[in-house]
Amino acid sequence: MEVMIILVPLALGLGLIGLLGFLWSLKSGQYDDLDGAAWRAIADDEPAKEIPSE
Amino acid sequence: MQATRDFSHYVKAAGAGLSHIDLAVEGVSCAGCMSKIERGLSAIPDVTLARVNLTDRRVALEWKEGALDPARFIDRLAELGYKAYPFETAGAEAAEAEQSRFLLRCLGVAAFATMNVMMLSVPVWSGNVSDMIPEQRDFFHWLSALIALPAAAYAGQPFFRSAFRALRTGNVNMDVPISIGVILALAMSVAETLNHAEHTYFDAAIMLLTFLLVGRYLDQSMRRRTRAVAGNLAALKAETATRFVGTDEISVVPVAAIDPGDIVLLRPGERCAVDGKVIEGRSEIDQSLITGETLYVTAEQGTAVYAGSLNISGTLRVRVSAASEGTLLAEITRLLDNALQARSRYVRLADRASRLYAPVVHATALLTMLGWVLIGATWHDAIVTGVAVLIITCPCALGLAIPTVQTVASGAMFRAGVLLNSGDSIERLAEVDWVIFDKTGTLTLPDLEVVNAAGIPVDVFALAGQLALASHHPVAAAVAQAAGAKSPLVGAVEEPGQGVRGAIGENELRLGRPSFCGAERLANERADLDPEASIVAFSMGEAKYLFSVRQGLRPDAAATISALGKRNIRVEILSGDREPAVEAAARALGISEWRAGVTPADKIARIEDLKRQGHKVMMVGDGLNDAPSLAAAHVSMSPISAAHLSQATADLVFLGKPLAPVVAAIDFSRKALRLMRQNLWLAVGYNLLAVPIAISGVVTPLIAAAAMSGSSVLVMLNALRARRVANGRS
Repeated sequence: MEVMIILVPLALGLGLIGLLGFLWSLKSGQYDDLDGAAWRAIADDEPAKEIPSE
Repeated sequence: MQATRDFSHYVKAAGAGLSHIDLAVEGVSCAGCMSKIERGLSAIPDVTLARVNLTDRRVALEWKEGALDPARFIDRLAELGYKAYPFETAGAEAAEAEQSRFLLRCLGVAAFATMNVMMLSVPVWSGNVSDMIPEQRDFFHWLSALIALPAAAYAGQPFFRSAFRALRTGNVNMDVPISIGVILALAMSVAETLNHAEHTYFDAAIMLLTFLLVGRYLDQSMRRRTRAVAGNLAALKAETATRFVGTDEISVVPVAAIDPGDIVLLRPGERCAVDGKVIEGRSEIDQSLITGETLYVTAEQGTAVYAGSLNISGTLRVRVSAASEGTLLAEITRLLDNALQARSRYVRLADRASRLYAPVVHATALLTMLGWVLIGATWHDAIVTGVAVLIITCPCALGLAIPTVQTVASGAMFRAGVLLNSGDSIERLAEVDWVIFDKTGTLTLPDLEVVNAAGIPVDVFALAGQLALASHHPVAAAVAQAAGAKSPLVGAVEEPGQGVRGAIGENELRLGRPSFCGAERLANERADLDPEASIVAFSMGEAKYLFSVRQGLRPDAAATISALGKRNIRVEILSGDREPAVEAAARALGISEWRAGVTPADKIARIEDLKRQGHKVMMVGDGLNDAPSLAAAHVSMSPISAAHLSQATADLVFLGKPLAPVVAAIDFSRKALRLMRQNLWLAVGYNLLAVPIAISGVVTPLIAAAAMSGSSVLVMLNALRARRVANGRS
């Protein structure tokens, strides 16, 4: 059971990294525009053709 | 006098020599719009940031300080096909956004802790039936405590604070049993860990917080979205005023930049955006948005004008007054305060449930404990069982039962064109059995309309429309709009107070007062024209035509009224307008109960009267004079065109021309209330099953966790049904 000495801190550490990552993403405004973010992921980097306005 | 647009009020310094502005943009709906706007704006030299927020429909812009005029961005967006206007975050919206972030942070912390404590709990649960040695179990319990205690202290804040506030004022809300349950569960678990016991409840306590935070966050984000949309709509109204910056120099500034004491210019056809007193000029003004009275009022030096008045004929100079001046406003404010106090006595369904719930649960836990002591259990075992009852009855499903339904229903209403100002309005709206409509601006559209367009030859109408474009008069504007005129007639001349004239070929064209067009006799003979409408004459050589212009009924008003009747809701009109106008509208809509010439105080008296008879009254109105009765009614609704004060007072705001959102809102809220009650019963049913197990003392943390998450998921799934209502159901 000595393996727990490594595994428990490792598990908690990973969880903590996840939490810090979440708090960082919240702080940097990544949840402010969820609709837009969904589209940005698939947007082209090249200038797209002019889309006719409705 | 050339006016300039001045948006400097909205520009903020962003540091490092940059300026920042937020624009609300209309019509941004897809990824295409997003990249089009961002590219279009970034192409302007010196722009350093152009970022669209698709959720809030806004654009954030930064540029080198002093290099650009913000008006240029708005022009550029107009070229791209979007209407935009600078936006200023109101205090309420900023607070909602901050609260929403805080809840999300709490939720993140609680979810992290739940997952990690669960990871430690599962080996303990399985170890209890196999071969885990007690030292290992204690170690895992201590680790759980290390994670759960700080996480609960942080993530529980929203509940602890709210419970503390309620207790301090001598009330009980849902957060009181939640807080007591969580704190006792954690305290007992620490004690059990110290005693090397088999069971601890760290996992149950922290999971409870996670589920409840989901409910809180959903509730909060619903309110935040409403605020954002309402904020955009307010910004896009683009209310400006023409302010004098010198004796003859004027500048068009946003209303937010106007201070009391400023002098503003009000030209014919403009809507006044401020409250003030006329200091120069003479004109007729249309105060229907404020008083409901459609007859024009004469304004001259010393007359008070209110935001929302439409200037009809002459040019006025107005000195802006502080908001609370003026007898009408002061009277309305006083009535409003009284009415709002009455409103705050309404007890929400969730609070009613928790008033019943908390004493029952706490009594059950206490009796369980005493019962076990009486039949000979040790104090330790008895307390553990009592706390287990508290944990198993902790209102996890109860805390989700209402916010989840509210969130789903408000999303559905949003798509139907209704915005909610307050979350509990759904409950109140569902109980409505009597609807009172204001007439002007509510049953009718706020804009003028040509009502006899069908009786006029199309080519004549088109010509009249072209001529009308040359005038600022609102009645002429209505003719131009009805005719769909695009380009004004070349060489048309406006004669103030009379009309417009122009020529086509040999014929002289005139549009204006019947006397101006030589059509007085015709106007007197035509008895079929509505006496309430404004008559505009049009002459083309010898041929004469008459247009009848008035505020038309909303297109689906009659259908909406009959739909309300089908739902066993009685309908009544209370209007400040004159009797013939109200009678005509009532007859057209088939409404038998109506009153005309009603003052704000009369409206409240009528509502109080109906309340005493046991009716639940909904008031639908838009005028400033409706604000107190909106607050006095059980629930209230305003069109988006309403006066600011009314809109702020109303529980719901509906968008667009049709009146149908009124019915849709009632349908959705009735369904939502049914689901809320169902959810509460589901939660109660779960308790009826689980509590006997808890009382009998055989509850393990595993059973608690399974029961808690099972009931929460069930309640959430049930809430999703609020998205749809059956069509045509009563």
